[in-house]
Amino acid sequence: MAQRAIREYDGKAIFSKHWEKYFSGFHYGFKSVLVTSGAELKAKAEEHGFEWLKQQPLVAKPDMLFGKRGKNDLVLFRTNKPGDVTLADAAAWIDAKMANTTTLLTGQHGQLTHFIVEPFTPHSQEQEYYISATTVGEDDVLYMSAEGGMEVEEGWDEKVNEVHIPINMSDADMQHAVKANIPSDIPAANRESFASFAIQFFKFYRDQNFAYLEINPIVMLDNNEMAILDLVARLDDTAGFMMRDAWGDIEYPTAFGMEDQSPEEKAVAEADAKSGASLKLTILNPLGRIWTMVAGGGASVVYADTIADLSGNVSDLANYGEYSGGPTTGETKFYADTLFDLMTRHKDPKGLDKILIIGGAIANFTDVAKTFTGIIQSFEEYADKLKAHNTRIYVRRGGPNYEKGLKDIQAAADRLGLYIEVYGPETHVTDIVRMALEK
Amino acid sequence: MGALFTKDTQAIFWNNNTSAIQRMLDYDYTISRTKPSVAAIVAPTSNNKFEKFFYGPDEIMVPVFRTTGEAAKAFPKSDVLLNFASFRTAYDVTMEAIAIKGQFKTVMVTAEGIPERLARKMNQSARDAGVTVIGPATVGGISPGAFKIANVGGTIENIVNSKLHRAGSCGLVTRSGGLFNELSNIIAINADGISEGVAIGGDRFVGSVFIDNLLRMENNPEVKYMILLGEVGGTEEYKVIDAVKNGQIKKPIIAWCIGTIAKHFSSGVQFGHAGASANADAETAAAKNTAMAEAGIFVPESFNDLPNKIKEVYTKLKAEGVITDITEPALKTVPTVRRAKEFICTISDDRGDEATYAGYPISSVATPETGFGIGDVISLLWFKKRYPKWATEYIETVIKTVADHGPAVSGAHNAKVTARAGKDVISSLVTGLLTIGPRFGGAIDDAARYFKYANDNKMSPAEFIDYMKREGKTISGIGHRIKSVRNPDLRVSGLKKFAAENFPATPLLDYALEVEKLTTSKKDNLILNVDGTIGILMVDMWRALGYSEADIDGFIDAGALNAFFVVGRSIGFIGHILDEKRLGMPMYRHPTDDILYNVEVAEQL
Repeated sequence: MAQRAIREYDGKAIFSKHWEKYFSGFHYGFKSVLVTSGAELKAKAEEHGFEWLKQQPLVAKPDMLFGKRGKNDLVLFRTNKPGDVTLADAAAWIDAKMANTTTLLTGQHGQLTHFIVEPFTPHSQEQEYYISATTVGEDDVLYMSAEGGMEVEEGWDEKVNEVHIPINMSDADMQHAVKANIPSDIPAANRESFASFAIQFFKFYRDQNFAYLEINPIVMLDNNEMAILDLVARLDDTAGFMMRDAWGDIEYPTAFGMEDQSPEEKAVAEADAKSGASLKLTILNPLGRIWTMVAGGGASVVYADTIADLSGNVSDLANYGEYSGGPTTGETKFYADTLFDLMTRHKDPKGLDKILIIGGAIANFTDVAKTFTGIIQSFEEYADKLKAHNTRIYVRRGGPNYEKGLKDIQAAADRLGLYIEVYGPETHVTDIVRMALEK
Repeated sequence: MGALFTKDTQAIFWNNNTSAIQRMLDYDYTISRTKPSVAAIVAPTSNNKFEKFFYGPDEIMVPVFRTTGEAAKAFPKSDVLLNFASFRTAYDVTMEAIAIKGQFKTVMVTAEGIPERLARKMNQSARDAGVTVIGPATVGGISPGAFKIANVGGTIENIVNSKLHRAGSCGLVTRSGGLFNELSNIIAINADGISEGVAIGGDRFVGSVFIDNLLRMENNPEVKYMILLGEVGGTEEYKVIDAVKNGQIKKPIIAWCIGTIAKHFSSGVQFGHAGASANADAETAAAKNTAMAEAGIFVPESFNDLPNKIKEVYTKLKAEGVITDITEPALKTVPTVRRAKEFICTISDDRGDEATYAGYPISSVATPETGFGIGDVISLLWFKKRYPKWATEYIETVIKTVADHGPAVSGAHNAKVTARAGKDVISSLVTGLLTIGPRFGGAIDDAARYFKYANDNKMSPAEFIDYMKREGKTISGIGHRIKSVRNPDLRVSGLKKFAAENFPATPLLDYALEVEKLTTSKKDNLILNVDGTIGILMVDMWRALGYSEADIDGFIDAGALNAFFVVGRSIGFIGHILDEKRLGMPMYRHPTDDILYNVEVAEQL
């Protein structure tokens, strides 16, 4: 995953950190706090530099990577009338929102945990603008509109001007292109100022290695004071190694409504982080009857494809994942243990056999016999449970030392009384799925 | 546009990835390439000048350079760079390679996770310069029977099983590197193997995309049909569809996009690579498979059905006579047990009928009618080159000039004392030789080194003298105990005369004589002495022979100048030792009245 969403608060923090360098002639206050409870908000208000929390009317909203918070009625900006929200109101609202599960209009649901709280910014609709940048195809594209807020999304094609900026375009040409495309309905008095901001916004987006950056709306107040009312940002995390100082301490939260990882998935992810090899596990359906232990990323995709194609019922597929990059025998055993444990927890509801696909393409240089040793060790431990679930095992693999690997795994299964069919590179990589399902 | 690689393609390999390079050389040997596919290695932090590899049962040396620029200069015909730098440096390495005008046609980048903005810059800059980038995040590509990048194809056994050792008729393009091997295997089983194959890489931004590779294959007459293995995400497959529709591609294409599973899961599960995520309906695997089928591309029912589709198309082309039978070539077998050699010799060989000096049989250099003198033999065995007559004569002149300088100099004295102690010729000679160093004989080395340094750095003679003063060093090669401007050293005069008459040019000597003018204006005996003249003229000789300044510095650092003195003076030392034996002189004891004794009782601490 190269592009990763960050919180609105963190995006604004990056803006604030580099504001002086990029946005000369404009001012930005960065009055924002990120809290995880009403109590934390109140405590924050006592800190030096955050007196505004007690002095100004506030706006509070969840900061958890989902948009359309207004439409979901998740922006607190009024109690009786706009701009009358106090610290106590905001704290109470946050606690109330956290007390229950929240369901969005999209159907996503989950627990709200993170809120951003900022001063209420009185302004007129005319002061709102839209600006964003991202990569489309090979080019960067800058989007600008004289109208911000929800309206821009409703009339996108008419209201938004696009500027395509190829990767090697000079700054002079980029500035020329931006100036030539400032939306015509921006008032003449503000045009120059907006163009200047847009150019600097693009440079900031580019130099800070954002993959996506949107401010909607950006509000231009008097004296070139800018208010970033709503911000969506994704970073190119592959640039992380060179942006450590520029980005500061960045967190990549899981999208709202995404089920938390199971302990098994977490354990595999942790093992993956520590290893030079690649270990990945996603549980799709804990009750599924077909479990896959596949070597290699491309192979894991084609096995999943083929199971969905041939079983006719995608819920049969219990998991997706891979082990690759030359895992040690120990790492392979750990991965196999995790899978065998998961697949033997529940009886198949229809009483059908469980199917275990130990698949893989022809390895480049992974020693097949060595990795299979880890699987065999796991067989020893889980043989009884696997048999109790009528597990049929299908193996297909090629690569260095594969003959020995296949022979070993066949012998081990025979010795332990497990049902197994074993195939090498002469059999098509995914054909064991067909064999397993046809039997 | 023809084939991506030929049997003459040679690569420069960035990063000393010895196992991948060995696999390339094993492949080269198996298919009987005449030249190894890796011409040079770039390893910025290596101190080695070469790395040893097996070539079949034998070993070869592949030169190692610190920069791509140096490697390219040494191997101007190597037009492929295999960039195995990490994601941190791969961008810089590629950009540096692109900047070397006219050198590289193809740069393969293996690193996964190069920052996207850098990858885009790199890919665009390469396109602008007409350089094909394969990758990033790829295992590479192969032209079977000609050239194989690094780890593609896996083990030699698998390469032969998958018929990657000789050209077939399919052009293969995949995104995934892991499935590249598998596809090669499928194609070998169901058809006649591949003619050319590229895994374009799994990152979101890759240099050459499907269409680039397929258009090249369309124009390569050896490719009769193509197989494309795409992936969910992106719109690159649509460019192929357009090319088929508008007739740019006429050869049959068999294609499949993997990742059809993704449609069953709304979000959150990343199936496959960084580039593999559908942002729109058109980017799903199913939509692309349907669109390709509608355009007339051969699309199987499912991935599992792909082998049958390949067989069907291949059989049809075979029946139509588009594809003909392939004569299987003979293969050489790489020995399973090989032992690395402990020693390397590049100067002489005693394995044939007759031992050779740098390829010259001894009998062809030994006797007078061969025209070879001792200078020729030295040039062969020390420098592996045949020097022209003026140079070998200069070497001989030097050896004759330094052969002896009387019994009083410290080396000769030590040799004589040892001989008188009853020791044998070797012990006595070695005692004399061990005296040679910074103070005795070493002036030749230092004179060459310092004068060359000053000259290389364009110091004026006055600046050079100032520099040496600041460094607190006397100028080696300047000054004589007795000789002076008015009483010149005739050995020096002889050397200068020889050089003037025979050397093409003597720039360093000319410079040294300017320095001498200044030093002798201060003191009459600060003349360029014989050591200085020899060292400086040696540099001039090497320059005239076409060596680079770095080569010459290498000779000086290796002690080659000292070596001339060692050879020459050994003649004199042996003379003194034989003289002692002949005279039967007794054990020498130094007279006590020639020693200043100044011994106090040791202080108690």
